[in-house]
Amino acid sequence: MTDTPMDAKGKSRGASRRDFLRTAGLAAGGAALGAGAGRAATPDPLITEVQPWASFLGEGVDATPYGMPIHFEDHVVRRNVEWLTADPIASINFTPIHALDGTITPQGCAFERHHSGAIELSKEDYRLMITGLVEKPLIFTFGDLLRMPRIQRTFFCECAANSGMEWGGAQLNAAQFTHGMIHNMEYTGVSLRTLLNEAGVKPEGSWIYVEGADASSNGRSIPMEKALDDCMIAFFANGEALRMEHGYPVRLVVPGWEGNLWVKWLRRIGVHDAPIYSREETSKYTDLMPDGRAREFTWAMHAKSVITSPSPQMPIGHGPGPMVITGLAWSGLGKIARVDVSLDGGVNWQTARLAGEPGDKALTRFYVDHVWDGKPMYLQSRAIDETGYVQPTKEQLRAIRGVNSIYHNNGIQTWYVNESGEAENVEVS
Amino acid sequence: MSKCRKLITTTALMGVIGVLPAFADTLGLGRLALPEEIAAWDVAVMPDGRGLPEGAGNVFDGEDLWIDYCAVCHGDFAEGAGVWPPIVGGRGTLTADRPLKTVESYWPYLSTVWDYVNRSMPFGAAQTLETDEVYAITAYILYSAGLVDDDYELTHENFTENRLPNEGGFYFDDRAEVEFPIFTQEPCMSDCGAPVSISARATTLNVTPDFPIIRNLYTEDLIGNGAADAAAEEVIEDASAQPEAEAGEAETQMASLDPELVAAGEAAWRQCRTCHQIGDGARNGTGPQLNDIVGKMAAQVDGFRYSPAFVDAGESGVIWDEATLDAFLENPAGMIPRNRMSFRGVRSADERAALIAYMKSYTN
Ligand code: HEC
Ligand code: HEC
Repeated sequence: MTDTPMDAKGKSRGASRRDFLRTAGLAAGGAALGAGAGRAATPDPLITEVQPWASFLGEGVDATPYGMPIHFEDHVVRRNVEWLTADPIASINFTPIHALDGTITPQGCAFERHHSGAIELSKEDYRLMITGLVEKPLIFTFGDLLRMPRIQRTFFCECAANSGMEWGGAQLNAAQFTHGMIHNMEYTGVSLRTLLNEAGVKPEGSWIYVEGADASSNGRSIPMEKALDDCMIAFFANGEALRMEHGYPVRLVVPGWEGNLWVKWLRRIGVHDAPIYSREETSKYTDLMPDGRAREFTWAMHAKSVITSPSPQMPIGHGPGPMVITGLAWSGLGKIARVDVSLDGGVNWQTARLAGEPGDKALTRFYVDHVWDGKPMYLQSRAIDETGYVQPTKEQLRAIRGVNSIYHNNGIQTWYVNESGEAENVEVS
Repeated sequence: MSKCRKLITTTALMGVIGVLPAFADTLGLGRLALPEEIAAWDVAVMPDGRGLPEGAGNVFDGEDLWIDYCAVCHGDFAEGAGVWPPIVGGRGTLTADRPLKTVESYWPYLSTVWDYVNRSMPFGAAQTLETDEVYAITAYILYSAGLVDDDYELTHENFTENRLPNEGGFYFDDRAEVEFPIFTQEPCMSDCGAPVSISARATTLNVTPDFPIIRNLYTEDLIGNGAADAAAEEVIEDASAQPEAEAGEAETQMASLDPELVAAGEAAWRQCRTCHQIGDGARNGTGPQLNDIVGKMAAQVDGFRYSPAFVDAGESGVIWDEATLDAFLENPAGMIPRNRMSFRGVRSADERAALIAYMKSYTN
């Protein structure tokens, strides 16, 4: 059906018309177009007939003491990839980033990574110990932590293996699976500096070793400099207690650094003069390079971005005309300075609109208000952070790191969008 | 807790262990850790051997322990079993297309083996091994890696004499020096290369789990000039997302079973699938195959090596009926202590009933 006024208008609209729409706010764009474009043959019964919800009563305030998203949103859930790991208890699932907007990730669908399952640990049973090279080895209860000066910061947490399945080539056909090992929350808690100060770090204490109360303990070594810089322990996320799967009642927050360091159910902070070389910083979370040697202690997550819509799970469902291209950008080295978007696989770029003031080591949302001509697109996004670091292509990364380093794949993602608006994970050359 | 009670607790604590005085620059919160508490939790072992407790264990004992506690997942010779990680092997593969990273081929320090086994293994029963047992198992891993002889005894004293082959294989993160100069160049904005074409597509591999496609409703859909006439609903399930019912055979056996319950059981079965097979051609894996399990005595599946605890349970007459299965699935370790099914149990009674119905549907 090509004779629709909408198609004709959509294609013939010039720059001035676009600019008008942009300033008028694109939310109203559809309506403005529709008024001049489409005409319905019959009135819409949803409007002309009284609907049940307009006549009968809805649920009372006592129906839902703690609410879940309305059932229409049932598909917006974490999903996992069974073949990735031997067992769902030592495994990972993925945030439905394709279906979310804004920057804060709701806790209920924020990805989980456990090495021995998510454990139930009550505030009453919680103890935090600081040991090692300190003046006074200390033990705190959860209540004690609530009496310390409290801080609030928003940070992304990205698993080092996010996009790790894509080293060998395009593999998983969904933004949720290629980029969903990430979440972004507002944390409330106590700075590690405050805690360490209570115990008094001895001069030779140059590392901390943090471990959890679960069977894996997931111990990691962190240099003292980082510990005293911006690390914190968190007990609230997005305004409410942490969820079990994110370490209730207390987790560590290590801004900008790989998620594996963000120890959940934090039970001990040891102060040492050297790293421990735990299993999670030797067998895992080391990056095997082409010469057979491996980088160790690759903590920082470098600048990265992805278009969340359109993407394989979120095709363009309409014909040519106005649409929103949106995505997320982040950097473990600081704030996002700029995001560029390409529609032709990296040949030409335009700078996207950032939705809000970019935060330090936090997710930034970007938009491109686009008028689609109905032709295929090779969508890419490229993040640039305040240090001047430009998100590399996958080929640039592979040239240095080969394809077996598993972790820290921050290469540029390509979605191919065909004439029907369907999107697909591809690589281009 | 009321203020009053809190006060009493605090006073009591002061009496026993003494609340810290408030220093000018500290808050004075918390209390001093006791030596026993530090000993219990501060168990980290460092590459130079610091943190190792006194103890010893030999390869011979280690092999027995390994067979009892580790082999079910990591193979009799630590080579790995099924989907579970191998612990030895892979030397010389780090530059291969598919590197095999193990204690033998990749790990830099033996201390990590001791520390990890001591804290986290066996999977599902962590921190149940005695100190000497951890030494013995570590000795067995060294032996399996071809690094010591079969009469070797590992102790806290000779521990650091053992070096792993790949100790020199690591270097500190050098991305800032190697990569930043390349990745901080001013990016090109236009005509940055020739037009591109697709060089690889994820769909050819076909390894992505099914997911629903999200479609919204647009005016075009309503007035009939839309791109996608089919897009009448908000969310269209991917057609392939429908689980394929294994109809035929199962149907005949399900006569007396509630099909909805069986279907719910099939859905819940995903928790069991990593270890158990059921249905046509089911074979033993990490756990025994479970055809005809309902009505059977425990630990009777042909060819499966059960734990001593399970064999005892079978000999003492445990028969898998609804009641015993329900109790076992609710709390496997509670019903048969020291068994080898590393699974925390199914909390919901409905889900357990569904799982039992599902297993029944494969019972003649
Ligand atoms: C029920 C299955 C199971 C049993 C039994 C088991 N393990 Fe494991 N083991 C695992 C899983 C799963 C992992 C990976 C955990 C993860 O990724 O966090 C693992 C990891 C390991 C690793 C690290 C492997 C690597 O490459 O990082 C070692 C070493 C290990 N196990 C030793 C043992 C020893 C020793 C025993 C016996 C005392 C044992 N395991 C018993 C399932 C098991
Ligand atoms: C981590 C692997 C694992 C998982 C997951 C698992 N099992 Fe098991 N299961 C085992 C093992 C191993 C045994 C044998 C235990 C032993 O020898 O100590 C077993 C034994 C059993 C038995 C007794 C078999 C017999 O011959 O007596 C039943 C029944 C059973 N499992 C059902 C289930 C069900 C149902 C689920 C899912 C809800 C499940 N298991 C999940 C590993 C597993």
